[in-house]
Amino acid sequence: MSESVDTGILPDQKEPDLSYRDRFPLLALIIQRLLLSVALLFAVSVLIFGGVEALPGDFASTYLGQSATPQAVANIRKDLGLDRPVVTRYFEWLGNAVQSDFGTSWASRNSVSEQIGKRLGNSLFLAFCAAMISVPLAVGLGMLAVHFRNRIPDKIINVLSLAAISLPEFFIGYLLILFFAVKFGMATFPATVYDSMTFVERLKAVALPVATLVLVVLAHMMRMTRAAILSVMSSAYMETAELKGLGAFRAIVRHAAPNAVAPIINVVALNLAYLVVGVVVVEVVFVYPGMGQYMVDAVTVRDMPVVQACGLIFAAVYILLNMLADILAIVANPRLRHPR
Amino acid sequence: MHEALLAVRDLKIEAKIYPQGEAPRDVTIVDGVSFKLQKGKVLGLIGESGAGKSTVGLSALGYGRGGIRITGGEVLLNGQDILKLGKNGLRSLRGAKVCYVAQSAAAAFNPAHRLGEQVIEASVEHGIMSREEARERATYLFRVLGLPNPESFGERYPHQVSGGQLQRAMTAMALCPNPELIVFDEPTTALDVTTQIDVLAAIKHAIEETGVAALYITHDLAVVAQVADDIMVLRNGKTVEYGTARQIIEAPKEDYTKALVSVREMQHEEAADQTKPLLKLDNISAAYSNVVQVLFNVSMHLPKGQTLAIVGESGSGKSTLARVITGLLPPSEGKIVFEGEDLPKALAQRTREQLRRIQMIYQIADTAMNPRQTVRDIIGRPLTFYYGMHGRKKTERVAELLDQIEMGPQFLDRYPAELSGGQKQRVAIARALAAKPDLILCDEPTSALDPLVAEGILKLLMRLQAETEISYVFITHDIAIVRAIADSVAVMHRGRLVRFGPKHVALSPPFDDYTDLLLKSVPEMRIGWLEEVLKTRRMESAGN
Amino acid sequence: MRLRDIPVTAWIGIAGILLAFICAIFAPWLAPHGETEIVGSVWQPPDAQFVFGTDNLGRDILSRLVFGARTTLLVALAATIISFSLGVILSFTAATSRGLIDQVLSRFNDLMMSIPMLIFALVVLAVLPQNLVVLILVMAILDSTRVYRLGRAVALDVAVMEFVEAAKLRGEGRLWIIFREILPNTLSPLLAEFGLRFAFSILFLSTLSFLGLGIQPPAADWGGMVKDNKDGIIFGISAALVPGAAIAILAICVNMVVDWLMKRTSSLKGGRGDA
Repeated sequence: MSESVDTGILPDQKEPDLSYRDRFPLLALIIQRLLLSVALLFAVSVLIFGGVEALPGDFASTYLGQSATPQAVANIRKDLGLDRPVVTRYFEWLGNAVQSDFGTSWASRNSVSEQIGKRLGNSLFLAFCAAMISVPLAVGLGMLAVHFRNRIPDKIINVLSLAAISLPEFFIGYLLILFFAVKFGMATFPATVYDSMTFVERLKAVALPVATLVLVVLAHMMRMTRAAILSVMSSAYMETAELKGLGAFRAIVRHAAPNAVAPIINVVALNLAYLVVGVVVVEVVFVYPGMGQYMVDAVTVRDMPVVQACGLIFAAVYILLNMLADILAIVANPRLRHPR
Repeated sequence: MHEALLAVRDLKIEAKIYPQGEAPRDVTIVDGVSFKLQKGKVLGLIGESGAGKSTVGLSALGYGRGGIRITGGEVLLNGQDILKLGKNGLRSLRGAKVCYVAQSAAAAFNPAHRLGEQVIEASVEHGIMSREEARERATYLFRVLGLPNPESFGERYPHQVSGGQLQRAMTAMALCPNPELIVFDEPTTALDVTTQIDVLAAIKHAIEETGVAALYITHDLAVVAQVADDIMVLRNGKTVEYGTARQIIEAPKEDYTKALVSVREMQHEEAADQTKPLLKLDNISAAYSNVVQVLFNVSMHLPKGQTLAIVGESGSGKSTLARVITGLLPPSEGKIVFEGEDLPKALAQRTREQLRRIQMIYQIADTAMNPRQTVRDIIGRPLTFYYGMHGRKKTERVAELLDQIEMGPQFLDRYPAELSGGQKQRVAIARALAAKPDLILCDEPTSALDPLVAEGILKLLMRLQAETEISYVFITHDIAIVRAIADSVAVMHRGRLVRFGPKHVALSPPFDDYTDLLLKSVPEMRIGWLEEVLKTRRMESAGN
Repeated sequence: MRLRDIPVTAWIGIAGILLAFICAIFAPWLAPHGETEIVGSVWQPPDAQFVFGTDNLGRDILSRLVFGARTTLLVALAATIISFSLGVILSFTAATSRGLIDQVLSRFNDLMMSIPMLIFALVVLAVLPQNLVVLILVMAILDSTRVYRLGRAVALDVAVMEFVEAAKLRGEGRLWIIFREILPNTLSPLLAEFGLRFAFSILFLSTLSFLGLGIQPPAADWGGMVKDNKDGIIFGISAALVPGAAIAILAICVNMVVDWLMKRTSSLKGGRGDA
C-alpha cells in the first residue's frame, strides 16, 4: 500500500511526439519575439516612408516655399529623385538606412547620418541616466507604498504621483530651470554638451534635464510597480508563506521577489515610451544637442530626410527596448524556463 | 479525561464588510463554536458555503483572511491560548506545530521554486531538522502519499505535475515538520472524482502513518465520513450538531443534518419507452480550431419528455458536446437530428424557430445573466424575441413563469445580484422555459450550489418535465444526480462515448473499466466505504 | 450612489473642470482684455491691472489664459470624442466578431502602438498642412489606438461571459449584443478611460503647441503661451509658468475625477494613458 495508491487502471495518454517548440519553449519564444521585432521594424519603416508618401502635401513645393514655379518644382523633384516610383525609392532608402546612410538634409545639405551620429549618443546618455535613477527609485517607492498600503505614506505617495503624472514635461523643466539655474545658480542652463567635456562636466550639464525626465517617468512607473507588487503580495502562495510561519523578510525575498520580477520588467518597458517622448521635449526645453531637438527642428522646416531618419531611429530604439524587456520577462518566467 | 490537543471554546469571529453606499460595519461570521480534538484524531467540519468552516479552521493557526478578526473565545493548543500569542509566538507555531493544506494547491505553491524546496522550507526555517533530514523526510512522505518517483519528485516545479499530485505534495509539505495538527481545507474539492479517491486515500493513510491530528473541512458529508472520527456540522457560523462520525451519519438528530445525510437519496423511475428520439447525435466528431480533436465519433439519442444524463470528468468532452448541440462549435463530422430533421451545424445557419426549441442552462447562474438587467428583462426577452410579446401581456407571462419556478412577482424588478444562488438558477430556468422549448441543455446546473439548494433545483426540473413533457440533456459529473433524474445515461471519457443506454442497463454490471472506476470512486454516505473500495482494489490487483 | 459618497478630491476635480469650461464658453465676457490686444509693455510683472502680468508682446496673460482655455479645451475635447468613438466602435467590433476582423485590426493597432505617439505625430505633422482640423484628426487617430486596446480588453472580458453566449444562442443580432449586453457592463471602465484620454489629450496638445506644431499663433492656447514666453525664464521672468500651471492644474483635476471613477470599478484593464 505504501508504494502507490495510484489506481493504474487508466494508462496515461501517450506522450505525443514533441516538436522542437514543445521541448524548448523558452528558446522558441525568444526566437519568435526576435522575429516579431524584425517584422515590426520593417512594418514601421513602411509606415514612416509610405505614410509620408501617401499623405497630401508636395515636398517639392514645400521645399521651394512660396516662390515655386512649375518648372522649378519639376527640377527639384528630379533633383531629389522624387520623380521615380515610390517602391524603388523606398527600397533604396531602406537599403541605405540599414547601412546607416540616411541621405542629405534638405535644409542644411549636410549628411543626416553625420548629424545623427553625434546626437544619438547624447540622447541615449540622457535617457540612460534618467533610467538608472528612476527605475530603482520607482521600484523602491512602489515597495514602500505596498508596505504601508492604505496608510499615510502610501496615500502621500499616491497623491504626489497623481499630481506628477498630470504635469507636462516642459512645465517641470522650466520650474527646475527657474529655481535651480536662475534663482539659486546651482545648475547650468542651457544644457550644452560638447566633445571635449570631461565626464563629470557632462554629468553636471545634464543634471537638470535628467531630473526632469526622472520626475516625468517616476510617477507613472511607481504607480504601476505598486499595482504589480500588490497583486503578487495578495496571491495564495504568499498566504502559504505566512501560514508556514516565515518572517516577513524571508517571505518577500524568497517568495514575492522572484514572481514580481517579470511584472516589474513589464512596467519598466511600458514606461520606456514616456522616456522616449520625454527626451524629445526635454531636449527642446534645455536646448540639448540630441536627436529630439534635431527632429523637432526638422519637422518645423519640413526637412523630410531628417524627419524620416529620426522617426525610424526613435521607433527602432523603442521597439528594441521593448523586445529586450519582453525577453527578460520570458526568461524570468519559471513555467517557460522549466518546461514539463 | 486527559487534556485535548486542541480545545476551542466559544469562538466568536467578526468580519468587516463594506456594503455599497453604506458605512462599513462588522458582521459576526462565527458565533459560539466549541470543540475538542484529541491527539491523532480527525475532526470533520462540514457546512455549506458561508457556514464559516474555513474561518474556524484557520483560527487554529491564529489566522484570519482579509478583514476577519477573532473577537472572542479561546483556541487552546496543548492548553495554551494561541490567540494570546504575539506575532513571534504565532510565527513559531505556524508551519511547525500547526500546518495548513489549502483547497487549491496549484495557487498555494509558489511557481518560482521546486516542490522539494517548498516542502522542506518550514522544517528547515523553524530549525526542526537539518536540510538533509528534511529532504529524507520529504522523500519518505512522497512515498507514503503514493507520489511517483519519490526520490526525484521534489525536483519538479509546481506546473510540471498534475492537480492530484500537487494536492498530495501540499499534504507532504504540511506533514514534513512533524506537526501536531494539520488543517485540511477542502483538499479534494477541486479534483475529479476518480482523482479524489486517490488523494483521499493518500491523506488518510498519511494521517494514520504519522499519527498527526487533523481538522478536515469540506462541504461533502460523504467524503468527511471516510476520514473523520468526529464531525461538527456548521451553518451560518453556528454549530448545528456535533458528535462522532458514526452518530452523525447513522443517527443524525437535527433536521438539517438529516437533510444533508439523505440528500443523495432522490430517485427517479426511468421511462419504459425509449424508442422515438427527439434528439439524435449521429457519429459526431469535433475539434477546437480544427486542430485539437475533442470528440470522437459520439452517437446517442434522447426521446421526447425524458432526460439523458451525460456523465464524465473534466476533459471528457461532455461540455463540448453541449456546444456542438447548440451550434456554437460545429462538428467536423456527423449529424445532429432534431425531430427527424437535420439541424444545421453552425449557429448562424439555424432559424429562429430552431434556436427557440433548444434552450440552455449554465453551471454558474451569476455569469449566465446580464447583471444590468432585472428579472423582468431577463425572463421577458425571449418572450419578446420569439413571441413578440410586449407590455401587460409580457408582464403577466413573466409573473406566470416566476410562479412556475416557485418565486413570486415581488422578484420582477430585482437585479441578479439581489438574488441567492438558488434563486438565480431558478430565474435561468424560467428564461429557458419562456421560449417554450422542446429541449433544455443543462450544463452542471447544480454543481456550484449547496446540496439542499441543488436538490430543490432538481425537484423543480423533474416537476416541470412531468407537467410540460420537456426533455433534458443533463451534463454532470455526479453519479448521484444521474440516479436521481435520468432515463438514459451516456458515460464519456477523453472525448469518447464509453457507455450509453437506459439507466438500469448503463448503471448495472457488467461494466467497462472506466465506468466501473467512476462508479466505485463516488463516495458513499457510510462509514468504512473507502476501506472497502481500497480492499477490493488490492484484491483485484493481486488477482491480476 | 449618493452625493456625499463622492470624495472631496473628486469634488475639487469637478469644480476645476467646470471652471475651465466656464472660461472657455464665456471667454469674451470674462476676459478683461482681447485675445491679441497689446495692452502694456513686454513682460510686465503681475500687478493690480494685469493679475498675471503681460507676455512677450505685451498682451495680458490672464486674458490670453481665458481665451486659451477655449482653444485648448475645444481641441482636446474634440480629439478625445473622435478618438473614443473610433476606438470603442472598432474594439467592440473586433471583440464581438473575433476571427479575421479581430486579427487584422489588432495587429494593425499593435503596429501603430509600436511607434511612440509623439514621434508618430511629429512625422505626420511634418507632411500635413497646419490647421485645426488636421491637428484634431491626427491627435484623435493616434489616441484611438490606446482606446482600442482598452476597449477590446474590457469588451472581451464581458463577451466571454455566458449571458452573451446565451444571447447568441437565442439568435440575437450583433447590435443587440453590443449595445444591450456588453456596453452596459463596460460603462464605468469606459467612462474612466474617457477621462484619462481627455487628460492625456490636454497634455499632448500642449506638448505639440509647445514644440510649435500645435495651434498656430496668434490664437492663444496654453502650450503655445509657454513657448512664447519661455525665453523669459533665464531672466527670472515666470510668465511661461502661468499657462504651464494652468495645464497642470486642469490635468490634475481631470485625473482626480478619474481616480475616483477607477476606484469604483474594479474590473478596469490596462494602465493609464501612455505616450
